[in-house]
Amino acid sequence: MADHVEISHLSKVFPTPKGPLRVVKDFNLRIRQGEFVTLIGHSGCGKSTVLSILAGLSEASAGGIVLAGRELTGPGPDRGVVFQSPNLLPWMTALENVMLGVDQVFYTASREERRQIAEYYLTVVGLGEALHQRPSELSQGMRQRVGIARAFALSPKMLLLDEPFGMLDSLTRFELQQVLLDLWNRTRLTALMVTHDVDEALFLSDRIVMMTNGPEAEVGEILHVPFPRPRRRQELLENPEYYRLREQLIEFLHVRAYTLKGQTPKGPSSTAPVLRAASSVAVAA
Amino acid sequence: MKKIHWDAVLMPLVGIALTLLAWQMISGRIVTRSLADGTVEEVKLGWVQDLPGPVQTWEKTRKYVVEPFAKREELDQGILRFTWYSLVIVAKGYAIALILGTPLGFLLGLSSTFSKMFDPIIQVLRPVSPLAWMPLGVVLFANAGKSANELAALFTIAVCAMWPTVLNTAVGVRAIPQDYLNVARVLKLSRTQTLLKIMIPATLPYMFTGYRLSLGIAWLVIVAVEMLTGRIGIGNFLWNEYNNGLYTSIVLCIVTIGLVGFALDRAMSLLERRFKSIL
Repeated sequence: MADHVEISHLSKVFPTPKGPLRVVKDFNLRIRQGEFVTLIGHSGCGKSTVLSILAGLSEASAGGIVLAGRELTGPGPDRGVVFQSPNLLPWMTALENVMLGVDQVFYTASREERRQIAEYYLTVVGLGEALHQRPSELSQGMRQRVGIARAFALSPKMLLLDEPFGMLDSLTRFELQQVLLDLWNRTRLTALMVTHDVDEALFLSDRIVMMTNGPEAEVGEILHVPFPRPRRRQELLENPEYYRLREQLIEFLHVRAYTLKGQTPKGPSSTAPVLRAASSVAVAA
Repeated sequence: MKKIHWDAVLMPLVGIALTLLAWQMISGRIVTRSLADGTVEEVKLGWVQDLPGPVQTWEKTRKYVVEPFAKREELDQGILRFTWYSLVIVAKGYAIALILGTPLGFLLGLSSTFSKMFDPIIQVLRPVSPLAWMPLGVVLFANAGKSANELAALFTIAVCAMWPTVLNTAVGVRAIPQDYLNVARVLKLSRTQTLLKIMIPATLPYMFTGYRLSLGIAWLVIVAVEMLTGRIGIGNFLWNEYNNGLYTSIVLCIVTIGLVGFALDRAMSLLERRFKSIL
């Protein structure tokens, strides 16, 4: 079967006062239908740039993307985007925010049907009681739930998640990872997520793409996450394999993300002791 | 139980009392004295001899205040009746200012080309006084026959009052968060939908700040407009009474104009806050 998403030779050059800066260089990735792939890397390694090119919000300097057999040009509702901050429109209720996209995609359906779609997704993410509340009346976590519902409600060909839980406290983050995973289990949308949270990547993904340090970031190594689905966090945390993979990821981020680019690793050298704790260690630069 | 802040009630009263006292001290008074030959002479005393004091002002103008909507003659009406005439023309001019100013502000905010072309002109026209616009208005609408006067007045109010609306709307449009526009882009909303569902709601708080400032100016302009056109209203009343030497009425008009302006500003800022609270 052909790949659902083909990213070929993607490059992005930003003009700067000191001359052009190549943030991403020759980025290649193929994603199968229904696969959940995560891009992980240090801040500034261009992973968000790749995502924003996929979303159509930024233009590639070279290379191209094929989604479901079609070359991508510009943004569109065939890709559901979950932004880092929920980006809800403050003058609309939760339902209206989701409806904004649903109206756009299912314009042939009746108004009642469209409302049911929006209500369904909001209920699944646990906001059945908060349909008519404005973002200002919702907690940060609840707002991001609306953001997730809005993306899934489009029934997109692909889901793009840009550090979707980066702004949340760790307890809320755990909750929302579960919400996302439950919804994803029902829909099995092809997904690409950007994160710098090692545990989040392991919990959610089928494959983790580790990016080297920027500039001129490339795909460094790819890690297959073999855990069966549906996954439960508790089971994962009891599995020794989980810690082996986690160590491998952290080792990459601390050492090889630099050495592969001929740079010297920063900070406490090599593999820091990996804690056997449920706490999520964000490997932010 | 709601706690009453006595300071908030008491201090303004003290301020008013002090102002009245200062007014009393600088105002003039008339003293009669008997001369040696048996005749009586009136003498004006005081620092500003022609300025009536607070008590005298109240006594002479109370008929305008006690019957605020009376109409005795064309030029002798209750103070609120005069105010009403002025408010009607201000409302019309203000409406024109908003109808022209809002889209103009959107164009300036959306298009940098448009902004580069017209921003300098706006900056130059903005500080021009209503007294300077009025004659131009008269010239522009000289051929309009009976309504020439009214059109000139509306032109002056609108052209003076619209700038805060134009500039604040433009600032608001430029300040729309990129995040909101990204939502519009990824959902591929049409231009009309983006305008109606995202840009206008996001700009509303700025627009209302502009609307509030515009209303203040529209009200400010009314006196000048009525003085020059002779339209009946509070500004015209003030000018006539000045020409007739009835200085007590001038004070009454100033106080009334101030109070009405204050009330309008309060009302608009309530509306403005309502829109800001949504965001």
